Amino acid sequence: MAGRTISEKILARKSGQDAQAGDLVVCEVDCALGTDGSVPMALDYFKAMGGKNVHDSARLVFALDHYVPPASPQTIELHRVMQDFAKRFGVTLHEAGEGIGHQLIVETGRALPGSLVVGADSHAVTYGALNCFATGIGSSDLAAIMLCGRMWLRVPDSIRVVLTGELPSGVYAKDIALALAGRLGADGAAYQALEFAGPGLATLTLEDRLVLSNLAVEMGAKTGIFPADEETVAYLEGRTSQAFEPIAPDPDASYSRTVEIALDALPPQIALPHLVDQVVPLENAAGTPVQMVYLGTCTGGRLRDFHQARAVLEAGGGVAPGVQLVVTPASREVRDAMAADGTLDALVGFGATVVEPGCGSCCGTCGVIPADGVSVISTANRNFKGRMGNAKASIYLASPAACAATATRGAVTDPREVSR
Amino acid sequence: MTALRGRARLVGDDVNTDSIISSTRKRESLDPAVLKQFLFEHVDPAFAASVQPGDILVAGKNFGCGSAMEVAVTTVLGAGIPAVLARGFSRTYYRNAINNGLLPLVCDTAGISEGDILIYDGTGAIRNERSGETLSPDPLPPIMLAILRAGGLVPYMRQNGDFKL
Repeated sequence: MAGRTISEKILARKSGQDAQAGDLVVCEVDCALGTDGSVPMALDYFKAMGGKNVHDSARLVFALDHYVPPASPQTIELHRVMQDFAKRFGVTLHEAGEGIGHQLIVETGRALPGSLVVGADSHAVTYGALNCFATGIGSSDLAAIMLCGRMWLRVPDSIRVVLTGELPSGVYAKDIALALAGRLGADGAAYQALEFAGPGLATLTLEDRLVLSNLAVEMGAKTGIFPADEETVAYLEGRTSQAFEPIAPDPDASYSRTVEIALDALPPQIALPHLVDQVVPLENAAGTPVQMVYLGTCTGGRLRDFHQARAVLEAGGGVAPGVQLVVTPASREVRDAMAADGTLDALVGFGATVVEPGCGSCCGTCGVIPADGVSVISTANRNFKGRMGNAKASIYLASPAACAATATRGAVTDPREVSR
Repeated sequence: MTALRGRARLVGDDVNTDSIISSTRKRESLDPAVLKQFLFEHVDPAFAASVQPGDILVAGKNFGCGSAMEVAVTTVLGAGIPAVLARGFSRTYYRNAINNGLLPLVCDTAGISEGDILIYDGTGAIRNERSGETLSPDPLPPIMLAILRAGGLVPYMRQNGDFKL
């Protein structure tokens, strides 16, 4: 029997049968996240399916993150419907302001190595960083999981992404992810898993890996999965009391293709409006005027991201006149840590508008919206036209340090120029 | 599957769900009857009003990429569009389409022009009335066919209560 990839092994474990790329399997879901962007519809489907009781409420997590704070009677009602349901059936619910659901799944130790964790939101792929098979689903699939605890999946082919070397100063996980999106294209990994490998992995912190897994869906991937190592185990310490069993790929596993990225040779990257795969070396876009800088989201809203941004802002003497800096920590845990170590005060001192933890401006459903004609540089994952709530704005995507460097000059700037 | 006959409406490559229906719209309503008036509003403000029931969306690669929001499927259905032909779909859009009874067909759409009359015979083949060309979409795996034949995931789950391969 040929060897198996991480995805094949996890889906075999969760379906109780041998699973090979291309097979259709029905799997037990270990944990499913729903947000205020997806649960209200899921509850409608659940009722229509004849749902009376939740199969296993311990496997469900709701997060109010897309409408924070709820600023209309309609969004208040969406939250109330979820709160009522969660209370009635004993589902864990994270209130508005606690953070982005994906970040909370990771922080609360819900994403365990070797498990199957899904979310009714496309960026559920983020948890792949913790060696779980993590993928996005819609509201109807979430409703079915609420009803029976299971879902069907086609076992994906895997693309092996081999990272070698170590990132040079001024280059970050976001640059790896953007470079990969540029190389594979927006559908280059459609229906497939990205499986990260290579000696470069050991140089990446868990927060770095979350960035790579998060962006996997922008290449069409079903999941972006890492092997587990000491870093994974160390992150989970104190976050879970549950036992877990990491899954490694077999040495003779079969891959649809292998892509290698030499981290040493990687320069800062930028995605140009309005597609995530329109990626060029950042120097090609240097000097492009920018009026809004956004630091936040499930891609770039963690403590490490704000530390990197703060260091560049300090080196560059703060935010240039005419630039709006907006900050949204990914969770309350992140914000509290920023408050404790002075990062929050430093950013406020630079004139940042700080928004409650949540999805913020990322998809235009809450937070600060860019004005007509404005160019935004953002630590987020998507730059589609209208993504941030205004189709007349243009969005560039880059690392937190590159966004901060750009803030200091009001034009796209290589972070290595500012920190020198 | 039910036979279909409708006008081709071309929408291009890499159409993301935010451009099908803006996520800011679903804040105010989840009702397809309301949302359908904003279908593709930032791509072509005249599109929604020009849709006739039975129209078929024809896309290039990676249709429905981006967010997994299911209103991007229910809004299309709400506008009276029963099928999408594309060279490829994002996996979340594809799943959501099947779960709601929107027929997603993968085939080479390059030869289809705006306004062509397309006929789906219910067994698999699509005929382009203008060009005479016949397209053979990729066959659907049994579980997806079963969900579509039931009319979507709601009737499927009402009948089965669980997934059956």
